[in-house]
Amino acid sequence: MTIVDTPATTAEPAGPSFWSRVIRLATRKQTLLLYSLIGITSMSMARIISGNDDLTSAGTFGVMLRTATPIALCGLGGLWAERSGTVNIGLEGMMIMGTIFAGWWGWEYGPWAALAGGIVGGMLFGLLHGIATVTFGVNHIVSGFAINIMAPGLARFMANQLFTDAPGGSVTNSPGVDGAMGKFTMPFLSGGEFLGMSTPNPLKWIEDQGWFILSDLAGLFRGLTTAVSYDVIVAILMFVASAYIIWRTPFGLRLRSAGERPSAADSLGVSVYLTRYYGVVISGAMAGLGGAVLVLFSNRYQEGQTGGRGFLGLATLIVGNWRPAGVGAGALLFGYFQGITLRVQPEKLVRAVVLAAAIALVMAAGVAIWRRRWSMVPWSLALAAAGFLAYTMAERPNNQLVFITPYLVTLIVVSVGGQRLRPPAQEGIPWRKGSQL
Amino acid sequence: MWRRFARGAIAPLVAAVVAFIVASLAVLASGNDPLTAFRAMWQFIDSSESVILIINRAVPYYVAGVAVAIGFKMNLFNIGANGQYTLATLIAAWLGVKVVLPAPLHVTFILVVAITVGALWASIAGILKVTRGVNEVISTIMLNYIAIGITAFLVAEHFRNPDVVLIAETELLPPSARLPSLNPLFEAIGINFGGGAKLYGFLPFAILLGIGYHLMLNRSRFGYELRVSGNNPSAAVTAGINPKGMVLKAIILSGAVAGLIGMSALLADPQFYKYGDQFPKTLGFTGIAIALLGRNHPVGIAAAALVWATIERATQVLSRIGIPQEIGVILQGSFLLAAVIAYEVVQRRNEEATAREAAAAAAKQRGASDDEIAAVAAT
Repeated sequence: MTIVDTPATTAEPAGPSFWSRVIRLATRKQTLLLYSLIGITSMSMARIISGNDDLTSAGTFGVMLRTATPIALCGLGGLWAERSGTVNIGLEGMMIMGTIFAGWWGWEYGPWAALAGGIVGGMLFGLLHGIATVTFGVNHIVSGFAINIMAPGLARFMANQLFTDAPGGSVTNSPGVDGAMGKFTMPFLSGGEFLGMSTPNPLKWIEDQGWFILSDLAGLFRGLTTAVSYDVIVAILMFVASAYIIWRTPFGLRLRSAGERPSAADSLGVSVYLTRYYGVVISGAMAGLGGAVLVLFSNRYQEGQTGGRGFLGLATLIVGNWRPAGVGAGALLFGYFQGITLRVQPEKLVRAVVLAAAIALVMAAGVAIWRRRWSMVPWSLALAAAGFLAYTMAERPNNQLVFITPYLVTLIVVSVGGQRLRPPAQEGIPWRKGSQL
Repeated sequence: MWRRFARGAIAPLVAAVVAFIVASLAVLASGNDPLTAFRAMWQFIDSSESVILIINRAVPYYVAGVAVAIGFKMNLFNIGANGQYTLATLIAAWLGVKVVLPAPLHVTFILVVAITVGALWASIAGILKVTRGVNEVISTIMLNYIAIGITAFLVAEHFRNPDVVLIAETELLPPSARLPSLNPLFEAIGINFGGGAKLYGFLPFAILLGIGYHLMLNRSRFGYELRVSGNNPSAAVTAGINPKGMVLKAIILSGAVAGLIGMSALLADPQFYKYGDQFPKTLGFTGIAIALLGRNHPVGIAAAALVWATIERATQVLSRIGIPQEIGVILQGSFLLAAVIAYEVVQRRNEEATAREAAAAAAKQRGASDDEIAAVAAT
């Protein structure tokens, strides 16, 4: 051993070296940056080629944020449950309870009460799921499904009791929410008010220029900072708070240990039952909040309003690798595709998106060649060719087919990703005190 | 032994009691008398007409329950029966009009088409699970929405009956493709139902399906492999069963049966003989509840389907006497949830009892004293 080696060994404790960690982080961020660049470039090119400015307009991205929020909250709810070891297929049902309570309290007491109502409604069914899975050890998917079957029935019953005699209400929808949620627009960037004064709107100016990439980015940022409803901001805060609590607090450590290795947590004095109850009740609260956001979006409770968003939320949990940032990103992706079906002329937007996807696939093939991942190349190119063909062939895509895009995209994303994912080790397995898992 | 049987019967009973309590609370909450409600419900279903309508309703539920149960036996959650059967029914209805065949062949042809389409659509989820590791719950749910979109598109644009302007629906099936009512058959052996209700002709097919399911599950090698793979995946691998192949086969078989869910309405219900906007579209979801209630057992599923249909039929009367009809869904939901919990508790008790008996038997073999055996059996 030479004397030069000694300080290095003392400075570095066991585990991966500092530099290898930095390199790993940098390459990970680089990959992320690369794919973001591919995404925005192909969107921009598709916008120019198809001449459809709405593809990357602030309006479209605003709707994306709005439609992504309920999905994201469901995904976050799934995160709370599954990190603590309980699979929550019942998110959809909890979301339905959120919508009915939000419609009820929103009609009686206003939009903020609607948010509270959503949380309460979701929590009630979260608690029910907890009783079945934690206390009685029922198969998590079975219990979740029973909840999904029960919730619409109870919601219908409640709607019948609450809304049928009210003006503007019926079995299938509540009267309108009393008042509207405030909206926030960023001053100096997107022309929001600052201390009562109007400010310039530089992002809109850039967006209107139609510049390659720059205008698209301006559209994105303007969309994310213009007329953002306070309930969406609450949802974003929930994400920040959840990420902090689950990964940076003792409670979060206990919660994750209940999902990874409950018997180890138990032997260290953590009450696995109680922890899993917390997880599943908070999960229900988040899903219910997502339902409340839906109610505020359409200003009233409507039967069947959730439309499978609870399941889309579960899908974001999978593509997001059981992490808050991943869940958020997945929800924004699905939200974009659900959002474009709500715009004017959605069929044209879908056609432009197909073009963007084809361009992105060509670029991805280029990256694959550069990285010598040969097996990916033919697949990407074949899919890209199919995309170009679809773009030129289908001048006017059919409207019914347009509405399947969010689900189709979800299916494709879940199939393409999903290889290096790591769910919590013991999620979905009923745990009894004294068991060795 | 009899004790275990009693335990088996006790779970559904407890669940029923819980469900009635919850439903009574709901009736009370709506400002009505539960006893009036239940008496009216009982009087309403206590007629041969109601019994026939209940059976008609239960038949598609049974088929759906069996389809889902095949997956459940292997711990596969085929949530996608809805998409599988709507797509299958639409294509079967469309092709059924296109061909000219004698009656038995025509019906067979339509059934085969439905089975094939259901199996093919389900195989997407199977292939994704086997090759890409995609959770079947997510993939089948997404495939449901995709199937709904595709069927809406096909029925509106391509398979539409040109004579009907306002509603998108396929053309009516010719008489050779329709299954006759079973009433004449029963009248021939001297049973006259009275009333106007007709027993749909798809019932024998459902019974055959149930028998086939029982034989497949308990008398065939495939059924054995299915059960082993579901109960103990690692033991199945050790025994040389290919897990991926089993996943694929189970999903495809489940989808094939799911393809038949819409057939009772399509071939035997005079209201339809066609696929259209009015066609029931969520029977697959009901099938999940039925399979869970019936514990994937061929007879259990039948009982569950009948209970489910009975609740639906009985609560129809409630709105007439001013009680919200939604009590029915609450009754169903709370029954289901209470039942899955009760099954779980009973099963755990049974396992504990088995362990105790085994311990007592082992102690006896060791030649332990009676006191010791009693002590072992009591713990």
